[in-house]
Amino acid sequence: MIKNIFGIAGTALNAQTIRLNTTASNIANAGSIAPSEAEAFRAKRPVFRALIDQQDLNGGFPTLGGVKVSRIEDSTSPIQKTHDPGNPAADDDGYVYLSNVNEVTEMVEMVAASRSFQNNVEVVNTAKQLMMRTLEISKA
Amino acid sequence: MKLFENPFGIHERAVAVRNQRLELLAANIANADTPHFKARDLDFQKILTATQPSEMAATNSKHFATGELENPGGIVYRIPYNTAVDGNTVEINVEQAKYGQAAAEYQATLQFLESRIAGIRKALKGE
Repeated sequence: MIKNIFGIAGTALNAQTIRLNTTASNIANAGSIAPSEAEAFRAKRPVFRALIDQQDLNGGFPTLGGVKVSRIEDSTSPIQKTHDPGNPAADDDGYVYLSNVNEVTEMVEMVAASRSFQNNVEVVNTAKQLMMRTLEISKA
Repeated sequence: MKLFENPFGIHERAVAVRNQRLELLAANIANADTPHFKARDLDFQKILTATQPSEMAATNSKHFATGELENPGGIVYRIPYNTAVDGNTVEINVEQAKYGQAAAEYQATLQFLESRIAGIRKALKGE
């Protein structure tokens, strides 16, 4: 059924929205500082997984073949620390720990997510046109 | 053409196969960013010939012939032009092109169906 396409593309729209949200969160926290390495902000990245064998419903539409966010992982790139004794967040040795967000990577990620989102919007648009055309078959 | 036994001919089955292909391509586009996802497509020729004999048996003269599509055998994996480091074989531009083509083919099949219906209407009216 054509309506399956709405479900499949819908899961992709959800997944790309989550990706955009994590990117926004990363960029917003790019300048965050923390008093220890463990507390420092680490860039978040969603990991996608295909819905190959599991039948879910998305807004009433079956989503077999779609995509979901299986987990959100922290970036493993190293945390930088700078010596800033005047900072209220500094530790006993006067160090503050920066986030490991790379703004350039985040901007690329944002553009890629937004393009993927647009692709799936077009898929839905085409499917909608085909569905309307199929309904008109009775007027032939 | 046997007008009332099989009024829509191959197009009745074709529209189901075209529909399934659109679904597969939509799934490919949805998974364009999924690691290790393998893009799939439909071997139209294979699935159409495979579905031919699977018609429901008409054991009574009052039974209608049906064209059910219950064959996943025609699904094939796409060979990508270039490889990706994350093991994903979806090439989004290729998929977009194929989706556009599949949409046009679906419309063509609809057009054939429409003209069949129009023909039957004309015959019934006897104008």
